[in-house]
This record gives sequence, structure tokens and C-alpha cells, in this order.
Amino acid sequence: MRSKEESLDALQDIRKMMERSSRFISLSGWSGISAGICALLGAWFGYGVLARTGGESVSASSRTSQVGLSSMGEIQQLLLIGRLTFAAAAVSAFIFTYIRSKKNAIPMWGLTAKRLLINTMVPMIVGGLVILRMMQTGYYDLVGSCSLVFYGLALVNASKYTLNEIRYLGYAELALGLIDLWQRGYGLLFWALGFGVLHIIYGTMMWWKYERVQSK
Amino acid sequence: MKNPIDNLNKVFDSRIRLGVMSVLLVNEEINFNDLKDLLQLTDGNLASHLSHLEENGFIKVRKGFIGRKTNTTYSITKAGEKAFKDHLAGLENMIKSIK
Repeated sequence: MRSKEESLDALQDIRKMMERSSRFISLSGWSGISAGICALLGAWFGYGVLARTGGESVSASSRTSQVGLSSMGEIQQLLLIGRLTFAAAAVSAFIFTYIRSKKNAIPMWGLTAKRLLINTMVPMIVGGLVILRMMQTGYYDLVGSCSLVFYGLALVNASKYTLNEIRYLGYAELALGLIDLWQRGYGLLFWALGFGVLHIIYGTMMWWKYERVQSK
Repeated sequence: MKNPIDNLNKVFDSRIRLGVMSVLLVNEEINFNDLKDLLQLTDGNLASHLSHLEENGFIKVRKGFIGRKTNTTYSITKAGEKAFKDHLAGLENMIKSIK
């Protein structure tokens, strides 16, 4: 004979399986926080490069129209910082999510991870190619804002396959990116806000909501 | 008064079969290995539950190949969807009736 508890258990099981099988839920808030910190560090180093090469504004954009030898060096340095920042952010985000999936005993590399990755990578790779072409043709002005816009689109798309809240992070990135498109000379500031501050806020909120209880 | 247990389907008494149906309801199609990982089962155990569901006409099996390896995918049938939803309603009634 079935009891009320059994029925409730069954319903909870059903809900859990539906969620587990359709969304990648191991994404850790710490991943967001660590990626944000990496971005802020990257922005700080970038600012250092710009300050050293004698720029008065906080942006690569205003001076790169006159592509001299010195500014090429500057761009190379900024690109290097950008790549390192991206790599560090990705690695740290991966580590925290890996730890969380271990804790929850959910295999990290499964169906949902594949789906999430594909749906994030499509806008990211397309965006990356667009930005690459922009740099080849000298439109450095738009690189920062476009990376925010494409990243925002990737997140909105990804929200169907992981924690739904990531959608709002996506919207915020999109808004920042679009505002930045019409601003000149604040590229690095917007970049630091979008990739640094927003990630930290998002990560903290997600940790507060989903991980705080388990981690005490 | 109607017995609330009437709506509960015997096939779904097993937690594993219930799990399979839950996964298939939100995923158009899923292959054997992914299902095995999700439910954390052994090959034999999962296979026997899957064939039980198939015999009842609740799931469809499609055998294919990826390269030379077999890739068997499963999807839910119309009948399976209905049976599962009825079962859910049955569970709901069950909970409501014992307040």
C-alpha cells in the first residue's frame, strides 16, 4: 500500500530526474566569482599597459586609429593579457564546477554538459571570428563592446541548458555592451564591469541561493 | 468514492522506471549510456527496466550506429506520455486524499 510519503518521494524523484537530465546544474557560483576576479586582474594589468604607454584615457580605442609601431606593441600586450585572462578565468571556473559536480555526485561530462557547451560555443565562436576580423581591419574601438554583446548572447542562449538565472547575467552583459557601443574611451571600464563585477555579483548570488546551505 | 490508487500505474512502481520516464519526458531522445549515467545504474539493470517499458509500449527504441559502435536511443511514445501523466495525476490525488 502506498503512503503519502511514498507519493511525495516519487514526485520529488521525477522532478529531480527531469532537472538533472535537461539542465547542467553543477555550475558553481564560485566559478563566476573566480572568473570575475581574473577579469578584474586582467583589466588592472591592461590599465597598467595603457598608463605606461602614455594614454590619458582608460581605453585602447581613442589612440589606435593612428597605428604606429608603439601602439602596435601596446595592442599585442593587451591581447596577451586578454588571452591569459580568458584562460585563467576558464580554468578557475572549470575547477570550481568540477568540485561541485563531485560533491553532488553528478558526472560532470554528460549529456547536459555537452548541450550547454555546444549552445554556448556557437555564439562565442561566431563572436570571436567577428572580433578577429574587426581587429584585422582596425576597428579596435568596437572590440570591447562586441565581446560583451556576444558573450551576453551566449549566456542568454545557455540559460536554457543550465541554471536559468544566467539569463539575467546575459541581459546585463548585453545592456553594458550596447551602451558601450555608443561610448568612446571607456572600453576598459565597461570590460571590467561586464566581465569582472557582473561575474562576481552573479557568482555570489548563485552561491547564496544554491550552495550556501550545503556548504555549512 | 473512487479509489485514488486506481490511477497509479503498476509499471511505474519501480523508481528506476519512473526515472527513465521522467528523463524521456523532457528529452526528445536519449541514448543508453547517457541514461545509465543519469540514473547511475549498471548495464544489465537498466536494460531489463527498459525492455519492460518497451513491452508496455511506453518507449520507442531506435538502434543506430556511430561509426562501428552501436548507439541505441530511446524516446517516449504517445501512450507512454499519457500513462506517465495519468500516473502523476494519481500521485497528486493520493497526496490530496490523505490530508
